[in-house]
Amino acid sequence: MHELSIVASLFETLLDQAKAYDACEVTRVRLKVGLLSGIVPELLESAFDMYKKGTIAERAGLDIEIVPVAVHCRSCGAESLREDFVLSCPKCASTDFEIVQGTEIVLERIEMDIEGPSSQAGG
Amino acid sequence: MPAKEVIVLQDLLGTNKKIASEIRVELGKRGILAVNLLSSPGAGKTTLLEQIAVRMKGESRMAVIEGDIETERDAERIRAKGVPAWQITTGGACHLEAKMIGRLLPAVDPGIEYLFIENVGNLVCPASYELGEHIRLVLLSTPEGDDKPKKYPKAFTTSDVLVLTKADLLPYLPFDIDKAVGEARDLNPRLRVFVTSAVTGQGLDELISFLRRSAEELRLSHA
Repeated sequence: MHELSIVASLFETLLDQAKAYDACEVTRVRLKVGLLSGIVPELLESAFDMYKKGTIAERAGLDIEIVPVAVHCRSCGAESLREDFVLSCPKCASTDFEIVQGTEIVLERIEMDIEGPSSQAGG
Repeated sequence: MPAKEVIVLQDLLGTNKKIASEIRVELGKRGILAVNLLSSPGAGKTTLLEQIAVRMKGESRMAVIEGDIETERDAERIRAKGVPAWQITTGGACHLEAKMIGRLLPAVDPGIEYLFIENVGNLVCPASYELGEHIRLVLLSTPEGDDKPKKYPKAFTTSDVLVLTKADLLPYLPFDIDKAVGEARDLNPRLRVFVTSAVTGQGLDELISFLRRSAEELRLSHA
């Protein structure tokens, strides 16, 4: 249940960005979450909905792209997806590999409106 | 009304990773080997540290940071072995973060050679947070069952060492060591494995020898 910590970190960046672009509303947030990230997408969604209340992202939608695990083999150079959690090279069976994707928790992009819905003068 | 799309591509664990790598460098320069212990509650982290304390006594100096949701109990157990210990109570949080460790670093005595960090008992969340450790050690106790590595893959893919604990109970449990170790190594072929028992002492000298070699290598790499 560390999804709330992740969402807290997300909101730090999100609010900074919204301020930097003078946004009046954040409409959509897109995340990339690796299958080996240890994150449960449903919990992330609940945490996001809880956290966004009363913020500029109150009505924002959340998209989560799930990223499969891929390994790069240092022996034969092949890059392969591994969906079975057997982390070795499927081409040459080498166990000298690095995980190149599937562990990430990345805030990919933020969509925002940069002018108020009813543009009021003054202020 | 104009819409704006901002590509951010920010690692949401990036701040923690940055603090962790600063801690790792600082401890390395000070010649302190940091070990982060992960496991579910009750796997025997504190007991393992007590056993290490008894065996290292008079030879090497160690200190312990204890992470728990509540109580000073674990730190008290470690202090009772004559080892300095700090308790971090997270008040509900399920894992330790690097900044919590960073705050304690000035208090770690210069003569310390090993800093053990006992994470909150939880096989899920602590796996996502580096604490500046040089070695991550995951414990799996035999009563938990041999099926845990694949159920909690991140703890096993990110660890350097697997310590199977409570091996003295093997005669009474349907725990298949080959299955547990095999599945853990499917996830992480470089995992070192120690089969231990705090009751019989099995495997503890081997684990301590490994820690000593690792500390020596760390000091040589900073010499």
